[in-house]
Amino acid sequence: MLETRNLSVFYGRHRAVEDVSVTVSKGEVVVMLGANCAGKSTFLRAVSGLTPVMTGGSVVLDGRDITHHPPHAVVEAGIALVPEDRGVFGDLTAHENLILGAHPRRARPHQAQNLDRVLSLFPKLAERRKQVVRTMSGGEQQMVAIGRAMMSAPSILMLDEPSLGLSPLLCSELFRALARVKETGVGILLVEQNAKQSLAIADRGYLLDNGHIAAADSAEALSRDEKVKRAYLGAG
Amino acid sequence: MALGMVLTVENVSKQFGGLHAVQGVSFGLEENEVLGLIGPNGSGKTTMLNLISGAYKPSAGRIALYGKDISGSSANAIATMGVARTFQIVRMLPSLTVLENVAAGGVFGHGRRWGQELEESARSLLTRVGLKNAEDAPVSVLTYIDQKRVELARALISDPKVLLLDEWLAGLSASELETGIALIKELRAEGRTIIVVEHVMDAIRSLCDRCIVMNSGAKIAEGAPKNVLADSEVIRAYLGTADA
Amino acid sequence: MTAREKRYLVLGGLVFVAVAFLPFADTGYWLSLGISIAMYTVLATSWALFSGPTHYISLATAAFFGLGMYVAGVGVDLLPFPVLVLLAAAGGAVLAAVVGLATLRLSGVYFVIFTLGLAELVRQIVTWVQTTMGSSSGLYVLTGITEPMIYWQLLALAALVFLVGWWIGRSRLGFALRIIGNDEVVAAHSGINTARVKVMLFVISGTVAAVTGAILAPRWTYIEPTIAFSAMISFQVVIMALLGGAHRLWGPLLGVIPFTFLSDQISANFPNQTTLLFGVAFLLIVYAIPNGVVGLVENLLQGRKWRSG
Repeated sequence: MLETRNLSVFYGRHRAVEDVSVTVSKGEVVVMLGANCAGKSTFLRAVSGLTPVMTGGSVVLDGRDITHHPPHAVVEAGIALVPEDRGVFGDLTAHENLILGAHPRRARPHQAQNLDRVLSLFPKLAERRKQVVRTMSGGEQQMVAIGRAMMSAPSILMLDEPSLGLSPLLCSELFRALARVKETGVGILLVEQNAKQSLAIADRGYLLDNGHIAAADSAEALSRDEKVKRAYLGAG
Repeated sequence: MALGMVLTVENVSKQFGGLHAVQGVSFGLEENEVLGLIGPNGSGKTTMLNLISGAYKPSAGRIALYGKDISGSSANAIATMGVARTFQIVRMLPSLTVLENVAAGGVFGHGRRWGQELEESARSLLTRVGLKNAEDAPVSVLTYIDQKRVELARALISDPKVLLLDEWLAGLSASELETGIALIKELRAEGRTIIVVEHVMDAIRSLCDRCIVMNSGAKIAEGAPKNVLADSEVIRAYLGTADA
Repeated sequence: MTAREKRYLVLGGLVFVAVAFLPFADTGYWLSLGISIAMYTVLATSWALFSGPTHYISLATAAFFGLGMYVAGVGVDLLPFPVLVLLAAAGGAVLAAVVGLATLRLSGVYFVIFTLGLAELVRQIVTWVQTTMGSSSGLYVLTGITEPMIYWQLLALAALVFLVGWWIGRSRLGFALRIIGNDEVVAAHSGINTARVKVMLFVISGTVAAVTGAILAPRWTYIEPTIAFSAMISFQVVIMALLGGAHRLWGPLLGVIPFTFLSDQISANFPNQTTLLFGVAFLLIVYAIPNGVVGLVENLLQGRKWRSG
């Protein structure tokens, strides 16, 4: 289980994330909603060790404190992040990108197995294994990024706006794939603007507003909430 | 109604090695219309925009802007004729400030200006896209969405006649989306001709006069959004369900 | 022009006038050092005009420098010296334009290797021409031009380079260069003719290097290809410019002055280990101040601003 306690991040004097405490259990999908400057991406980066956090807060994975660990140690501990800009290696092939994801010592023995799992989640990647990622479309690159994170056999998978730039069909496929990932026992923390589809597969959700947790509830309750409907689900 | 053709794309193809990214696509763009370019990921939409903006040269076929063949023209020549664009994955100039990133679009080419005039237009455009008070910040501190705003302002500072928007609305929350759609409508009201590549169907319905659907590099449908989005082929290849 | 810019201009002018008096104080060791500093200031500053904002590392300085030196050497008995300087400028400009048009579409490391090869190619051609047409491989450059005159010519050229650099920095051209250095795709889509801008700047720095070579030819009295086209010149220019800081007009100067003193001390005291100590010194400097002297100075100024603010 991933647990953050009173996590805060400051940029200079600007408070980006303040006292955020969340939990994500294995086999659970948790969605984090919020406006575009609410601090969601910063929070994910802080958990991953990419952004320094203030003393006083902590990140705990399965009872082990990994606060202030460098990013590679966080991945080794079992947390993988799919960043918003995807961060794929454009000059490498899809296959090479995926294999690089299996770099953590923990993941190496199960590389072949994990690869099969990723390719069954995203069959298109099997077709395009030898294609250089730079020449792939945005949506295909997104699949490579998610697949690469899955290759590290994480216990917690964090995704920053994975549906960005995906066609409606792929978007539904993505959410179905995430539901399947969840069934394999991985805990998923999802930051999304597509509130409708993400709440549909989520167990619980948090609303982040101006760096704070403004609400926490079951996904079902959140999708019925009037405020959430207005701000995130659109009028229609 | 037809005010004349701004852009004509005739039988255009683009190959990368053995990959046929765009195959024999033809369409026209009328003055002051908003054209939606939709289709599955990897269907060649961004390649099509790259061909129009001059980032790529077509392998075959002809593209004409205001009747002039631009198939072999360089990107800077096409930009100078009044075509501006945004990029699907934002391209910021990391060592420049936010204001300079916007000003960069207006130094040369179409609507070129300099000095006080350039700075003032950059400021007013930043306000227009909803990014006040960030002018002197390094562009790297902005969120991804704010960087997209900077990119639109950079495209607009050249006062373009044709605007190519590559998934500019992607990643906006429901309320931000409304503002974004209103902004694009305003740009059209100013007389600009716009091509939008989008996956947000609400935006396509409310913005576009016509839509072109691409799949595997070819055009599979063309027409008013409500007809195109009801097309069974489009539903099968792109939407998945009747209402996404 | 703002008041601040005027102040800097006046200050810069005064510095130039002050250092112009050097030959009256000493015509031996210090003047010789002054000529070295002036030469490398001109070369490194003009190099940085192009390579600073665009990040295209050119190792072709020696090609232009040597070309200028040879124009002066070949023509010294035929034409007045000022005409030779102009001819050298024209030669440098043409060579830079040809090379620029052919190679500036190469990116990164390929451009570096090409420019390095260019200097070697020009050197080989000159050697071949000399040995087949003439008897010896060298040229005598005997003129009445004295060391102080060389020094003043270099100072005047340096002043010109700084003025041109300052003008570029505040012009559209300078802004376009910075945009190109950040992202050429964005630059092209903003209507900037990237090839033209890059070639223009490459021509400016090539021209200046050729003129520098022509001015310095009389100092060496006997020139041969290995001296005039020495790759060391190209490398030293790059090292000094980066050491000082290539993103500011006055940055390379801050690299040239300490490096010239340092290399002078090393070669005077350790004539047999010069190259080794050069290397060690270079490694230590890069390790200690990765952002160049300019970075160091800017950090200090920044720190002071924060403390007082």
